[in-house]
Amino acid sequence: MASRKSSFGISLISFICLLAIWNFVALWVNSRLFPLPLTVLHVLLESIEEGELQYHISYTLMRVFISFVLAMTLGIGIGIVLGISKPLDRFFDSWLTLFLNIPALVTIILCYVWLGLIESAAILAVSINKIPNVVVTIREGARALEKDYLEMAQSFRLSHATVLRHIVLPQLAPFLVASTRSGLALIWKIVLVVELLGRSNGVGFQLHLFFQLFDIASILAYTLAFVFVIQVLEYGILQPLERRVSRWRR
Amino acid sequence: MQLQVEVRNKTFSSFEDSGQVKALEDVKFTVDSGEFLCLFGPSGCGKTTLLNIIAGLDTHFDGAVSLKNSGKVERELRIGYVFQNPRLLPWRTVEENLKIVLSADQIQSGIIDELLVSAELVSFRNTYPSQLSIGMQRRVSLMRAFSIQPDLLVMDEPFVSLDQRMENNLHQVLLDYWQSSAPSVLFVTHHIREALKLATRLLVFSSRPGKIILDIPVELPYPERKNPEVFSDYVSQLIEENPGILQNS
Repeated sequence: MASRKSSFGISLISFICLLAIWNFVALWVNSRLFPLPLTVLHVLLESIEEGELQYHISYTLMRVFISFVLAMTLGIGIGIVLGISKPLDRFFDSWLTLFLNIPALVTIILCYVWLGLIESAAILAVSINKIPNVVVTIREGARALEKDYLEMAQSFRLSHATVLRHIVLPQLAPFLVASTRSGLALIWKIVLVVELLGRSNGVGFQLHLFFQLFDIASILAYTLAFVFVIQVLEYGILQPLERRVSRWRR
Repeated sequence: MQLQVEVRNKTFSSFEDSGQVKALEDVKFTVDSGEFLCLFGPSGCGKTTLLNIIAGLDTHFDGAVSLKNSGKVERELRIGYVFQNPRLLPWRTVEENLKIVLSADQIQSGIIDELLVSAELVSFRNTYPSQLSIGMQRRVSLMRAFSIQPDLLVMDEPFVSLDQRMENNLHQVLLDYWQSSAPSVLFVTHHIREALKLATRLLVFSSRPGKIILDIPVELPYPERKNPEVFSDYVSQLIEENPGILQNS
């Protein structure tokens, strides 16, 4: 407990240092294009008061959530299959390499061109970018599944559902947590690009607008607000979840 | 129930000489209801392979295994497997490990409480396996096999690397269960004293490829096996009469 408190203290001090450096550099540069922390805070509060910030963030979060669920579900399913079946893995390995290396921007452009500038195209584009990463991580986990437990399950004639829930998923848990965390980080960045290119709301759309107006204070305000929301997800959901799935370890 | 085993031939592909290694050859025997059979033989003679074949984990062999009802019971026969390593799920508690192998009806019947009490594990029901001693983990693994009320118990050196006291204790737990519930038992060991202490019948295997070289009934009544002198005399006498027992080990 003591170490957690002191590590919190260190984080706080380091955060204040960062603010101080920012403040100092902004004062030194003295330009509208490099606003002070206080100016940014002011813009942020104003935007919250108007309700604009919440509106755009909630659209972005909705897109993050849907494409995240889609990418994880498909990625986990494909990952388990490829991890267990060697022939399928050999066959699809080159596909996977191809998809892993397609730039996010290309997927987004193709989805918009082929499906039109619509919501489902946006979400599909984000998911397609993420699925290969999930597959690779989960495949690694499925390859390492302990044969001893599967044999035990077979000899006791456990149902597929029981095997999945009590034997496969617990062994995949660390891999699930890893791909959830990296997934969230990747997805929200891609969602911003998708919004910038073809949506009329969301944080990405706003950033694009502010870019055209050279409104740096607003860009920073939106960035900070969004980073804050993602951190809340990390500490509020991901870390408690991680502790829960690993509580059996000594 | 009756178990009929016939393994004409079982081979493994070997990594060393890229050839085939013969694990079992012409192994044929029948187990009747309530028999306690010990499979005895040197390490590497294919005993574990044979158990895996019988339990349906290994289907690549030449021969046939049939497990049949003897009349009155009209349901699928159940096999309880006790592995050499306990193979408890480390991410599930003792109680959950038992629950997983049971149907909803069986859980309702209160069998878990019954077994935990009889194995003196009640206060560990919410403990994870890694926090238990190896002896206790073995006991949980034993209870897991008992809990499904098996018609056939398959046990692969389930008590190795335990101290003498713990081993005796688990032998007693096993014998008590066998005497009250009367499943058939297949028990692999490479200790002749353990085999003779537990079994009603002894199958002696040769070294690789495993073949049955002796099939002897063990007739000393159980109460007398607890008498160290009588038991030792019996063991020596049996070995004298069947020198094949120690030929390979």
